[in-house]
Amino acid sequence: MFLITCPYCGARDEHEFGYGHEAHIVRPTPAEYEQMSDAEWAQYLFMRKNPKGVHFERWVHTKGCRRWFNVARHTVTHEILAVYEMGKPAPQIDTEKK
Amino acid sequence: MKQRYSIFSLVRNALNYHADWQEAWRSPDPKPAYDVIIIGGGGHGLATAYYLAKEHGITNVAILEKGWIGGGNTGRNTTIVRSNYLWDESAHLYEHALKLWEGLSQDLNYNVMFSQRGIMNLAHTVHDMQALRRRVYAIQLNGIDSEILTPAQIKELVPMLDCSPNARYPIMGASFQRRGGTARHDAVAWGYARGADERGVDIIQNCEVTGFKIVNGTVQGVETTRGFIGAKKVGVVVAGHSGVIAGMAGFRLPLESHPLQALVSEPIKPILDTVVMSPQVHVYVSQSDKGELVLGAGIDAFNSYAQAGSPPIVENQLNALCDLFPAFSRLRMMRQWGGIVDTCPDASPIIGKTPVQNLFINCGWGTGGFKATPGSGNVFAHTIARGEPHPLAVPFALERFTTGYLIDEHGAAGVAH
Ligand SMILES: Cc1cc2nc3c(=O)[nH]c(=O)nc-3n(C[C@H](O)[C@H](O)[C@H](O)COP(=O)(O)OP(=O)(O)OC[C@H]3O[C@@H](n4cnc5c(N)ncnc54)[C@H](O)[C@@H]3O)c2cc1C
Ligand SMILES: [Zn+2]
Repeated sequence: MFLITCPYCGARDEHEFGYGHEAHIVRPTPAEYEQMSDAEWAQYLFMRKNPKGVHFERWVHTKGCRRWFNVARHTVTHEILAVYEMGKPAPQIDTEKK
Repeated sequence: MKQRYSIFSLVRNALNYHADWQEAWRSPDPKPAYDVIIIGGGGHGLATAYYLAKEHGITNVAILEKGWIGGGNTGRNTTIVRSNYLWDESAHLYEHALKLWEGLSQDLNYNVMFSQRGIMNLAHTVHDMQALRRRVYAIQLNGIDSEILTPAQIKELVPMLDCSPNARYPIMGASFQRRGGTARHDAVAWGYARGADERGVDIIQNCEVTGFKIVNGTVQGVETTRGFIGAKKVGVVVAGHSGVIAGMAGFRLPLESHPLQALVSEPIKPILDTVVMSPQVHVYVSQSDKGELVLGAGIDAFNSYAQAGSPPIVENQLNALCDLFPAFSRLRMMRQWGGIVDTCPDASPIIGKTPVQNLFINCGWGTGGFKATPGSGNVFAHTIARGEPHPLAVPFALERFTTGYLIDEHGAAGVAH
């Protein structure tokens, strides 16, 4: 179990939050998807990074302010390395040290 | 040749204070190269090697295991075996496995303690009952045993269950597969290991694969913590670490790794002689031969490789257990542990070729692959040996995420491992 610091409400228990899986997966634009092959669609829809290490992921404060945000979290230690707003790019994290 | 295990060998060895048992498998050093390397010494990897040797005559095989055999999900699971899946593709695959389970102890000359004690799925709402009927009839149409029980029949089979209409989640009925049940997880790994070793397969433990040698899109061998080992073909069967291994080979999978945990209680007198699952109230439970209740529920929602489940899941499943079986509220839980399961978007496995030539993968079994161990190894061995998928494995190819031919078994998985 871990504490997640909601950017809007502060540190709260994990089970107040819902998990939104991998962050920064960009939906192709209508112009792009006219051109895309089925294999490229599969990459977008289904294929995931699933790293053993730092994972950039989305969480939602379901039992609080109900707002979405991004988290960088280590998938072995569960250490939360960054919390940042939706729409912001993933921060640089020295994955070697972690 | 391995000594045969039998009642007589047991008695003979008992007279020697069990000092003279032959080793069940060797621990050889890796050779420079093999015809086939299997990465992952879980039940599925060991079964694959066993059937490669037994059914395809391919014996120049090594199993590379980073820890000890059976130390992954194979040795951490709650051992529920069943074949009552909704879709034809899954029904045929899991039934193939169940048929192999039925003769496995004899085939391996190793008691895997397969116990067909039946498996019961409870329904608590009208909607549950409708979904359950649809499933049971579909399963029957595939020629697989499955039946619907009334609350009175349930009560007769499991007297401890709170079947009163006043229960918080009243029980309206259940599906029942009598041929389902449980098996001894370690014995499955050890039995396959012994059988594979007997046929010449090298089982190499404490040997982690750290990379691949791929030339012109074709795999040539693997880098390991014990050096480079060449291979004509490589089969990957690493469950929760499938994404990590795929990353080493330069492709991605539609998988996420999540913790799934289990608990056992202190041992008690025989009280439950079948497996009871409730997908709604969210717990499942059986009683081991030692008398412990073995129970589990769902995964942690977040990606993790930590091999430990989080406390809220424990709390929810214990609440559910006490709702269904009020008498169990007196029990103490003895141990709790987690494994890392590879969940797939359609809750079905991936078996077959990869973008790399001669590199095959068998993964995505998620929360429910123990039951498939013999069938999975059997069809994967065929797939590796022939270079083409076994007929039962065809629908489970990685390409289904491109074609859109998903095999959505969420209803069957979820809690129902
Ligand atoms: C708590 C829990 C309960 C479950 N309950 C059930 C159930 O009741 N019924 C059911 O059918 N299924 C159940 N499952 C799922 C089932 O355990 C798995 O689907 C199945 O055991 C997978 O077998 P496997 O051989 O593929 O994987 P594993 O047994 O996990 O074997 C994979 C092996 O690969 C090794 N490995 C990983 N990376 C490397 C590397 N780089 N180099 C070398 N080796 C490597 C690992 O050490 C591991 O030993 C449960 C799982 C868990 C965790
Ligand atoms: Zn908040």
